[in-house]
Amino acid sequence: MNLLEYFARHHREILQATLEHVWLVGIAMLLAVAVGVPLGVLVARRPWLSKPILGGANIAETIPSLALFGFLLPVPWLGDRADRLAIAALALYALLPIIRNTAAGISGVDAAIRDAARGMGMTDRQILLQVELPLSFSTMLAGIRVATVLTVGIATIAAAVGAGGLGEFIFRGLAMVNNQLILAGAIPAALLALVADFLLGVCERRWQPARS
Amino acid sequence: MALASLRGTRHLLWAGVHGMSADTERTSERSSLPDSQPVIEFRHAGYKLPNGRVLLHDLNLVVQRGETLVLLGRSGAGKSTALKLINRMLEPGEGAVLVEGRSTLERDPIELRRRIGYVIQEVGLFPHFTVEQNISLVPRLEHWPEERIRARVAELLQLVSLDQQEFLRRYPHQLSGGQRQRVGVARALAADPPILLMDEPFGALDPLTRAEVQCEFQELQRRLQKTIVIVTHHVAEALLLGDRIGVIDAGALVGLYTPKDFMGATEPVTAAYTANARMFEKLEGPG
Repeated sequence: MNLLEYFARHHREILQATLEHVWLVGIAMLLAVAVGVPLGVLVARRPWLSKPILGGANIAETIPSLALFGFLLPVPWLGDRADRLAIAALALYALLPIIRNTAAGISGVDAAIRDAARGMGMTDRQILLQVELPLSFSTMLAGIRVATVLTVGIATIAAAVGAGGLGEFIFRGLAMVNNQLILAGAIPAALLALVADFLLGVCERRWQPARS
Repeated sequence: MALASLRGTRHLLWAGVHGMSADTERTSERSSLPDSQPVIEFRHAGYKLPNGRVLLHDLNLVVQRGETLVLLGRSGAGKSTALKLINRMLEPGEGAVLVEGRSTLERDPIELRRRIGYVIQEVGLFPHFTVEQNISLVPRLEHWPEERIRARVAELLQLVSLDQQEFLRRYPHQLSGGQRQRVGVARALAADPPILLMDEPFGALDPLTRAEVQCEFQELQRRLQKTIVIVTHHVAEALLLGDRIGVIDAGALVGLYTPKDFMGATEPVTAAYTANARMFEKLEGPG
């Protein structure tokens, strides 16, 4: 009961924090997709680039999130604003699954289909845009889905550098040893992750390429 | 078989009455070629992999206008390599390949490939495209007006005996193997290319469908008068469809025959094929 009362009394702040959270994750994901998809295409096209690119993304993934926020703090333009910093860090985390799945999706396109496309006189660009990307779309979406769920969780740590979001409640709750406060951040964050997972899952199935 | 020949007859009638577009207006006298001119020419052409393995060596071969040449050989003998040299999907490491009198290396590969129809074993239909989209691919790449595309697709479906209403909006996975094959041929013919390359085109079909589609194709071939190169490892297919049969073994052309000469050839690799063909004849029994 206490918890519900707390939610009822503070719904404005919780909503505010949730919107901040969605904003952080949303912008970070847009960035990660904008960078990750082309890198994934590059990995699929030039196998020798796969080690450095995937390796780099892998390293970003292994840095503890709190430490990554700290590392980025002294970077000139990024460190100026907390939300900027948080978005950059989150995008870095989201990168690996997006690159990996894009590359896997494109490499997974049947060689006969690529052969036919080339043989009929499609340019590399046309093959990429009309054949390879559409056919790997659902694999790419699966990567984006994993990355989004991951990012929703990690974004709670953004509050540590003052970027706001649902992490605010969690950190405040930890400091004050107040479970209600922690849950006020944790529950909406968990729900957010579930909703994102569900919606992207629906898209993924919707765009599943027809199998022969 | 009966079904296939029925279909063929229907085609002939239909074409006779209405006279189809560019495709069918040419005469069907395929054996007499007074103005015979080379359309595809291999001159000492060879190809090897970057690791040095030779896939094709010193190939000399001329394909005349309107002729169907079958390249026969086992898997890995170099037949597909020869085919891909024609539309510049591979470039000859030695010698030259000429298409319509010009070296493939002098031609823009994209423009060259759009003048050459290409059909491969698994057909390579795009699974995310409908039959209509698959067939209209090259016309769309060439920016044909929408109306002309629609008319052409209808004409091609008619040509390969597929009902327009029924198949236009279907996806490849909703088709049988034989239907996919027909769509693949229709797609290759879409922009009315003078040359058609076919790599094991009927390889993925069961024997009965295969025979049916082969007969249909033979009929089509008679009417379209394209210059065709077919790659296969089936002797019967070579004998049925080829005006000439080139036997390729270990990256070299070991013999070039008319179907009639083929059965009497003494060259060892060819003789192995004819022996194989005779075995089947025996199985089929007298008459």
